[in-house]
Amino acid sequence: MTRALTEEAADGGPPTIDVPATPLDKIPLLLVPAMMLVSLPLIDSFPSWVTLTVAGLAMGMMIFVMASGLSLIFGLMDVLNFAHGAFITVGAYVGVTVLRPLGDWTSADSVLDNSLAVLLAMAAAGAVGGVLGWLFERIIVRPVYGQHLKQILITMGGLIVAEQLIHVIWGPDMIPLPKPTTFKGGITFGEASVEKYRLIAVGVGAVIFVAMMLVLNRTRLGLLIRAGVEDREMVEALGYRVGRVFVGVFVAGAALAGLGGTMWALYEESVRATMGAELMILIFIVVIIGGLGSVGGCFVAALMVGLASNYVGFLAPKIALGSTILLMMLVLLWRPSGLYPVAKR
Amino acid sequence: MIARALRATLLSDDGPRSRLLALLLFAILIGLAFAPFLFPGTRSLNVAAKICVFILLVASYDLLLGYTGIVSFAHTMFFGIGGYGVALAMSRFGVGWGNIAAGTVGALLLSLVLSLAVGLFSLRVKTIFFAMITLAIASFFAILASQLSDITGGEDGITFKLPEVLSPGAKLMEAPIFGVDITGRLLTYYLVFAGSLAGFLVLLRIVNSPFGRVLQAIRENEFRAEAVGYRTVNFRTAASVISALAATLAGVLYALWLRYTGPEVTLSFTIMVDILLMVVIGGMGTVYGAAIGATLFVLAQTYLQDLMRAASEATASIPLLPVLIHPDRWLLWLGVLFVLSVYFLPAGLVGKLRAVSGTQR
Repeated sequence: MTRALTEEAADGGPPTIDVPATPLDKIPLLLVPAMMLVSLPLIDSFPSWVTLTVAGLAMGMMIFVMASGLSLIFGLMDVLNFAHGAFITVGAYVGVTVLRPLGDWTSADSVLDNSLAVLLAMAAAGAVGGVLGWLFERIIVRPVYGQHLKQILITMGGLIVAEQLIHVIWGPDMIPLPKPTTFKGGITFGEASVEKYRLIAVGVGAVIFVAMMLVLNRTRLGLLIRAGVEDREMVEALGYRVGRVFVGVFVAGAALAGLGGTMWALYEESVRATMGAELMILIFIVVIIGGLGSVGGCFVAALMVGLASNYVGFLAPKIALGSTILLMMLVLLWRPSGLYPVAKR
Repeated sequence: MIARALRATLLSDDGPRSRLLALLLFAILIGLAFAPFLFPGTRSLNVAAKICVFILLVASYDLLLGYTGIVSFAHTMFFGIGGYGVALAMSRFGVGWGNIAAGTVGALLLSLVLSLAVGLFSLRVKTIFFAMITLAIASFFAILASQLSDITGGEDGITFKLPEVLSPGAKLMEAPIFGVDITGRLLTYYLVFAGSLAGFLVLLRIVNSPFGRVLQAIRENEFRAEAVGYRTVNFRTAASVISALAATLAGVLYALWLRYTGPEVTLSFTIMVDILLMVVIGGMGTVYGAAIGATLFVLAQTYLQDLMRAASEATASIPLLPVLIHPDRWLLWLGVLFVLSVYFLPAGLVGKLRAVSGTQR
């Protein structure tokens, strides 16, 4: 501390101390390529392996988009939101509401029009998700900070009410949502055919991941968030309002969930009121495997879960979800707090 | 004198401690005990049987949630194991009392092993992790039950027959009593009623035993309970095993009553949410809360919808309102009630009633 102060006094700028960087733990990173390699001989057909791998990566990326917010929210404020799935569902429904009137754009045979419509839908879903998240934080979560039992109960209640309100607004039936014209079909590489939309999903997911990493690692806000996850009281003692940062993260996490909901709805080509609650199980598994509070861990875990469910879904369709639970148990046996344990609670 | 002795033995000296609550509980007991005579008709008897089963199920969940402070989403799994156990035994090995017993014992054993495994594996972790892990395990089990359609009948479930005496066609007495025919159905109802009542009283006994006190100590302050010298993991595991066994028993009774079991009625997440609502609205940490919560909830589920249908039709001209009070939206209002009761009635209706009487501990 004294060294920091003297250095600040010397050149007037912010203190610069060479903190030895924590070396990146690379073993979990190797798990994803390892899974790909191991599955190749099992699947025994290169083209289907390519198809499955891309499908797995696409699924993983979408799950990452939805799960990352949840992980950060927990890491920062020790709040586990069981109603996170509601943001996903609402995002999907908002996406449908936006895309339906834009039928001319989505059915046009033009990449530009199609992308514009989808981007608009994703933006709207994100915005509505964010607003909903803000309201949710205000009304539901704020009174029960620090009380885990009540948090679980109250967010479950929020999930029930949100699901019912979705029924009120959008009706109980499943709504079909066809993909835009140019997003349909696949591309063939040699003998392997890959769905176009999956490639797009991988691209969008990667962009969001990189953007998040840049914000978290290269900006002052990201520094505050990471510091808050590590030791919230210390950051507060230094005079920062972690509570406000948290509201921001909560809103951003809800917005990402909404955006991911639209992506998932386009992927499944339909929207149901229960989709959020169903996805929550996968998301929880991902968050646990990754280590609560870690965005990087969440990313690796999401890819692993996506790949595992696609590979196993091909090899033994009946135990696809079982495979992800098995994966979770294996990881927890190896690292009891997940791949990248961050939150020390 | 006799009343006091009864209170001590049957209620384990844990009385309702509120006159209104005592009255309500007495009304529920009488209503259920004489349901076939007080409310004749198939529908009301179905409701009464469902209330009986859910009182036991919810009370067993309260042992976890309210007394020990464990949030498990795998409770329906054990409920389902009970149902499937008896249904499989009856449909595979033929109808008979021996097979009911065998199915029940088999289901209890499976629940015992599973709850021990889940408990020992994951009760060391924090509340939140346990909640998430049990959610994953329960959904895996539900998917397994619907996928393995060769064994479990898939989504359709299993329909089975009961022994001759319990079948609806069996007339046990020539003359009706108080205008009600004494059929096998009635006998089945009393089997369900007696089983639930016995289970309920046993649970009441358990939570008021020294063991139950330790559970409450763990709920209040786990660190301190451990410091005092209790192996908290063992106690938490024991609580989850007992609770799982009681849930399995409830599942057996429910399957016997319905003569059917399937993913929708036992394993679905909806049932889990229903149980949560019943526990919290009735009152966490009081076994009586389970009785109040389950009764209110099942009554609402069945009769509130009729009321809402009428109201919805009456207000058809007003915008939005009819949609909000549409009979399918009854869960919306219970969800709101749930959120409100977590905020304002942390001890649920029972806690409120006791506080009003001013005799709360």
